[in-house]
Amino acid sequence: MKLKGAQIFFECLKREGVEVIFGFPGGSILDIYDEMSRADVRHILVRHEQGAAHMADGYARATGRVGVCLVTSGPGATNTVTGVATAYMDSVPMVVFTGQVPTAMIGDDAFQEVDIIGITRPCTKHSYLVRDVHDIPRVIKEAFYLARTGRPGPVVVDLPKDVIQAYAEFRYPKRIDLPGYRPTTEAHTGQIRRAYQFIKKARHPVLYVGGGVIHASATEELLRFAEMNQIPVTSTLMGLGSFPAAVARPEAEGGVELHPLWLGMLGMHGTYRANMAVSHADVLIAVGARFDDRVTGKVSGFAPKAKIIHIDIDPTSISKNIEVDIPIVGDCRNALSKLIDMSQAEPIENLQDQRTPWLEQIHNWRETYPLRYVQGEDVIKPQFVVESIYRISRGEAIIATEVGQNQMWAAQYYHFVHPRSFLSSGGLGTMGYGLPAAIGAQVAFPERLVVNIAGDGSIQMNIQELMAAVCNCLPVKVAILNNRFLGMVRQWQELFYQKNYCGTCLDDASPDFVKLAEAYGAVGLRATKPSEVEPVLREAFSVNKPVLMDFVVEPDEGVYPMVPAGKSISEMLLV
Amino acid sequence: MESHDSKQRHTIGILVQNRPGVLARVVGLFSGRSFNIENITAAETNEPGITRITLVTTGDQHILSQIVKQLNKLIDVLKVFDFSETDFVDREMVLIKVRAEERTRAEVLRIADIFRAKVVDVSPHFYTLEVTGNDSKIGAIMELLEQVGIVEVARTGKAALARSKKH
Repeated sequence: MKLKGAQIFFECLKREGVEVIFGFPGGSILDIYDEMSRADVRHILVRHEQGAAHMADGYARATGRVGVCLVTSGPGATNTVTGVATAYMDSVPMVVFTGQVPTAMIGDDAFQEVDIIGITRPCTKHSYLVRDVHDIPRVIKEAFYLARTGRPGPVVVDLPKDVIQAYAEFRYPKRIDLPGYRPTTEAHTGQIRRAYQFIKKARHPVLYVGGGVIHASATEELLRFAEMNQIPVTSTLMGLGSFPAAVARPEAEGGVELHPLWLGMLGMHGTYRANMAVSHADVLIAVGARFDDRVTGKVSGFAPKAKIIHIDIDPTSISKNIEVDIPIVGDCRNALSKLIDMSQAEPIENLQDQRTPWLEQIHNWRETYPLRYVQGEDVIKPQFVVESIYRISRGEAIIATEVGQNQMWAAQYYHFVHPRSFLSSGGLGTMGYGLPAAIGAQVAFPERLVVNIAGDGSIQMNIQELMAAVCNCLPVKVAILNNRFLGMVRQWQELFYQKNYCGTCLDDASPDFVKLAEAYGAVGLRATKPSEVEPVLREAFSVNKPVLMDFVVEPDEGVYPMVPAGKSISEMLLV
Repeated sequence: MESHDSKQRHTIGILVQNRPGVLARVVGLFSGRSFNIENITAAETNEPGITRITLVTTGDQHILSQIVKQLNKLIDVLKVFDFSETDFVDREMVLIKVRAEERTRAEVLRIADIFRAKVVDVSPHFYTLEVTGNDSKIGAIMELLEQVGIVEVARTGKAALARSKKH
């Protein structure tokens, strides 16, 4: 029996195990929406297509599954581009289906026609314009396979209207035939052995880990390898959650007990001990990280004394920004497992004696310059809000962030213990990411606490998605650290542009967030005093509705430590 | 990465699946990552559905290794080969239109003869020569013809194959 292209589309999605689509309809994609009413799949109607892309992304990061988004041609497609680029930079598995004008009209500048394949070519892992209904199954199978394997990434599939209207026999291919795509997953044992010889001799080893550890589900292996060899661990923004920062759940009143090997995040806003440890390391083991400029600072000043071992599934990431001594192409989990085997076969002699001076040194760095802020009686400090969220959620929430100060404070003061619990736009730095990403995660985990830590600037970039949360009963919590500034830009102006605060002041330039929440049918709460922070959070976390919390915080607070752009990471500004 | 000042020309062979947009992916990679393309050719091979792209680029070792790795990452790319790592033959075909007045015609023909170029078109004032060769041969004939007067030139770009084993 022949099926219509739009039916074939849903048959394919069923076989890929797709349970939810984030989308917005329009003329070119209407045949698929028509068919959707008969298909067994959940649809989240967004209010802007950028929101659809970020929701699919947040869903994917929180679950590890491929996020799916569906939009119409032209502006529907172009509105997803920021979301596609965001996912590309952070290696998030996602398939974006875009409507397209009928094949006969492509190139005629038809109504709502845009060359979305051309526009997204540099920010997708791969893309397809489907020209024949018979190709739909192969293309969809390949798209999902490409999105989730190797170094994951977004794939765009452009579907002309006549193709989804045409009929064909449905056959889902059993095999993938992509002769040009064979990611190396098996780490080279010889290279692993060479790496381990360096690790064995190291006096000041550091593990520098990134999002690749999470993508590869290698967090258990990482913990095991680090503990058995007593190697301290620092992580990139994307790697937060790959190593358990804390060893015990925070008690309501007590302090946090951090994992003794945990250094915190490194780089521009990394901890003092992480940046100092990397600067003094003699062997640096990079796992699933890519030596981004926000991590390395001045390249010549990054880990200047270290032999560098780099494990990554993407060969282009190796020796791109920094020349490494031992490149290892492969899946992080595979490589770490082999390193564990080697550590068992020939363990480091006198491990404790060897490590004690190094771990003591790190402890001293931690004591000298811990992350700190002073919470007075009158004005709420933004860090205090994040710490309170951490404490009250017992470190078990899924945290999304926007971009800027809110993001850095979340990274510094929420101690992530689980992978896939921190959703943040690291590579592209997309303001407006957090709210839709939190919604995507809440769709996947309706019972979990999902909190978006936001700024008063960035929350307004995709605030419209609050409506999608309300309509779909997705009880996401948004904590706005409202400092009446585009805070991170303001911080740069303060430090590097002679306090010329051009374009960054939002005083009296934002809506009343409480009323706004209520207008959307969500709950709005406000805290203006430190004593109100905890009651507001407890109330927000106890309601089964989306909540927008307006925390009126100290406007002058900056994110520290800070490595000025172009400086070595050992040259931190500390406050 | 701080670049080493050893910019070199490299001839790179790329075998790709002949899918729509594959050339745009290759070329877009070069422009997007500020790699340089000096010349490029693309045409089908003897194997159905497989196209060979040959391009000449400049850069130091670090840039070149990024180019090769980035090209390999493209899904439609089957094989990338940097010819400078091996013995290879390369040829380019050039059409050169030269001024051929009465007193220079003999000179043009003599030069053409030395370089085994063919006269493929003759008009009252111009000869068009077809010459095939590697960079140095084409450079040499162009230099000589320049003295007679080159009107315009069309070059195909380079085709290259490794000498012994198959790439």
